[in-house]
Amino acid sequence: MLSNLGIIFSSVAFFVSLALIYLSLAELKISNNIISQKIYKISLVQLIFSILSFFVLLLGYIFSDFSMINVFENSHTTKPLFYKISGTWGNHEGSLLLWINILVLFSFLFLFLNKNKNRNFKIYTLIFQNLLITGFLIFLLTNSNPFSPIFPVPNEGMGLNPILQDPALAIHPPLLYVGFVGSSIYFSAALAALVSKVEAKSLATSIKPWVSISWFFQTTGILVGSIWAYYELGWGGYWFWDPVENSSLMPWLLMTALLHSVLVLERKIGLYSWVIVLSILTFTMSVVGTFLVRSGILNSVHTFANDPSRGLFILIFLILMVFSSIFIFFKYAPIEKKNYALFSKEFFILINNWFMVFFLAVVLIGTLYPIFLDTLIGQKISVGPPYYNFILAPFLIPLLFLMTSGPRHSWISSEIKKIFNIILVLSLSLFLIVFFLIKESSLIINLILLFSIYLIVQTFFDFYENFKNKSINLSRIVSHFGFGLLIFFISINHIFSIENNFNAKLGDNKKIEDYNIKFKNLEVLQKKNYKSVIGHFEIINNEKLIKENLKPEIRVYNQPETITYEASIKSGLLSDTYLTMSNISDTDIFNIKFQKKPFMNFIWLSVLLISIGGILNFLKKRIT
Amino acid sequence: MLNIKTKNRLLIFLTISLLSIVLITFVFKTLEDNVLYFYSPSDIDQNEKIKLNKNIRIGGMVKNGSVKTEKNEIKFIVTDYKKEIIVSYKGTVPALFAEGKGVVAEGKLQDKKFFLAKRILAKHDETYMPPEMKESLKENVK
Repeated sequence: MLSNLGIIFSSVAFFVSLALIYLSLAELKISNNIISQKIYKISLVQLIFSILSFFVLLLGYIFSDFSMINVFENSHTTKPLFYKISGTWGNHEGSLLLWINILVLFSFLFLFLNKNKNRNFKIYTLIFQNLLITGFLIFLLTNSNPFSPIFPVPNEGMGLNPILQDPALAIHPPLLYVGFVGSSIYFSAALAALVSKVEAKSLATSIKPWVSISWFFQTTGILVGSIWAYYELGWGGYWFWDPVENSSLMPWLLMTALLHSVLVLERKIGLYSWVIVLSILTFTMSVVGTFLVRSGILNSVHTFANDPSRGLFILIFLILMVFSSIFIFFKYAPIEKKNYALFSKEFFILINNWFMVFFLAVVLIGTLYPIFLDTLIGQKISVGPPYYNFILAPFLIPLLFLMTSGPRHSWISSEIKKIFNIILVLSLSLFLIVFFLIKESSLIINLILLFSIYLIVQTFFDFYENFKNKSINLSRIVSHFGFGLLIFFISINHIFSIENNFNAKLGDNKKIEDYNIKFKNLEVLQKKNYKSVIGHFEIINNEKLIKENLKPEIRVYNQPETITYEASIKSGLLSDTYLTMSNISDTDIFNIKFQKKPFMNFIWLSVLLISIGGILNFLKKRIT
Repeated sequence: MLNIKTKNRLLIFLTISLLSIVLITFVFKTLEDNVLYFYSPSDIDQNEKIKLNKNIRIGGMVKNGSVKTEKNEIKFIVTDYKKEIIVSYKGTVPALFAEGKGVVAEGKLQDKKFFLAKRILAKHDETYMPPEMKESLKENVK
């Protein structure tokens, strides 16, 4: 019943999208100053039907309607309601439906909220956006239909992987999708700008809020995913350079570049083509990321069961998208006016863009190289974190320096606002204190620390100065401040992390550096849908005489039968204590992983600050 | 011969190309030093060129009945149904590690029959298998 309804609703959404494209094309031929009401109405109908189809799937999950294969494969009656709901987008088909919903929502909002006077620009944006929507709807209806029926109807579902039953992971995909898919609207707008020959400023003001908002969601989505990986995977890390993580980072780098270059475009200084290229690339990279994750050509920790036919569809779609973009770009290539001076603000923004593109290239090469090597010579390899760390670390130094000095330059001219020498002195002395506290010998890490402190101090003063002058550019200050903190705390975390692996029996005592770990007790509990084995550990810091109790847990779920190891984390202001326990051969010996992770909360907080900058930028009054 | 404008342009162009070449060489050099090659137990048996002091990944099935937890380490046998290799590991295993299931281990070879693992890789999906393993197993089961 729900299955048929879902198919009907999504098919209607598909036909409405086709109608919208047709009517928009017809609308272009009429010379009028306003867009006719018809278009607005149909756009609303499209939104309603796509939301309805998502709602049907949601109901299917809430009421465990196993007549749909998708619900049968990913849900179970005993699952808590919250995870039944989040299960809707926790799988390939459901997440594709969510993806389409966001595409439609953004298309609708762009049409209604955009005050741009250029009528053709808006209509073209609508057309391009709806081409994307129809493309993904075809994919949904033909290849990955979440409403496919199953007969006979099973009594019970197969359950959702317990690792995915987690609040962070429930909100992580929607956040990331708003970021990923949000970039579609400036992809469409960029192409529309080319075709309708919109002037620079008009393009900049129409895409700027969408860039900020999608950047905010992308940043937050990455943060939540990273937090999840930290406490759920039990490795104690927060970034593994896993291909899936990379595929969310790559669009982020491009969005960051775009976020900056739009500022130049807004002031009519230049970069018109560059902004368009970046807009096109960002969404392309989002689709590439999706392709890499869903097609299964990459070896990664993510869960989507793989199916080559999905990959093929996305690949064909991607190729069509890229080639038509290139065609449109060269057919309507704009003539560029350049008038920027060396060492002006826009010069530094351009350098920022070069850095982002370089980082993107490094991550892209690291992610794709294994695929190329495999297809070319059949050699299986993977690229480890040392590659990324080794390359990216030295480049952070000039980046941090430019982030500090760049914003202090004026637009257009090379005039520099007075450099606070006091800031330099203060940063240096702060650095010396840090240096004597930590006694780190690596030159690169020391330089990174020095320049991150410089950035932190500078943004701090900027805040004070701007607050006095009331002309506050809060978004930039908050984000840059957050970035300085992030790099600083990651470096400190990197230096002071402790990790130790050992085996222990009940009652054992283990000494690691300044810590004494005692395996005190073992508790077995029977919960609603799993059996739990909890270890009670006492960790004593011999230096500070602090006692902490940690309880790592082994869970044996029944639906589907899965074992998970729940890390026990004592999160403190300065440091996290992290303990995981596993048992594999039913003996009384347990495998223990003990970790000390300094400043984890500060790392999360820094990323949060960075993303808050995005929201502030979104809320800021537009320059008119 | 060349006027100043063209000369400047040429200079900028040359600097950029030189810089790109240096960067690309740097990136690929680092890449080469940091790739982890993947081998099956049979590969290790046949290939003479695998260096002992380099980090690699091995993969296959955990042999039934081979997992032993000892005082300080975990030992198990990885098999591709043709050749076997003993793996020694210290630490917690990922949730889906089990006898008869697929596994990928990262670490160093001690000799042709003994592997010292630093990391056992997690696979979230019970039905999921790394593509490289699927292939190497497919060939051997036939």
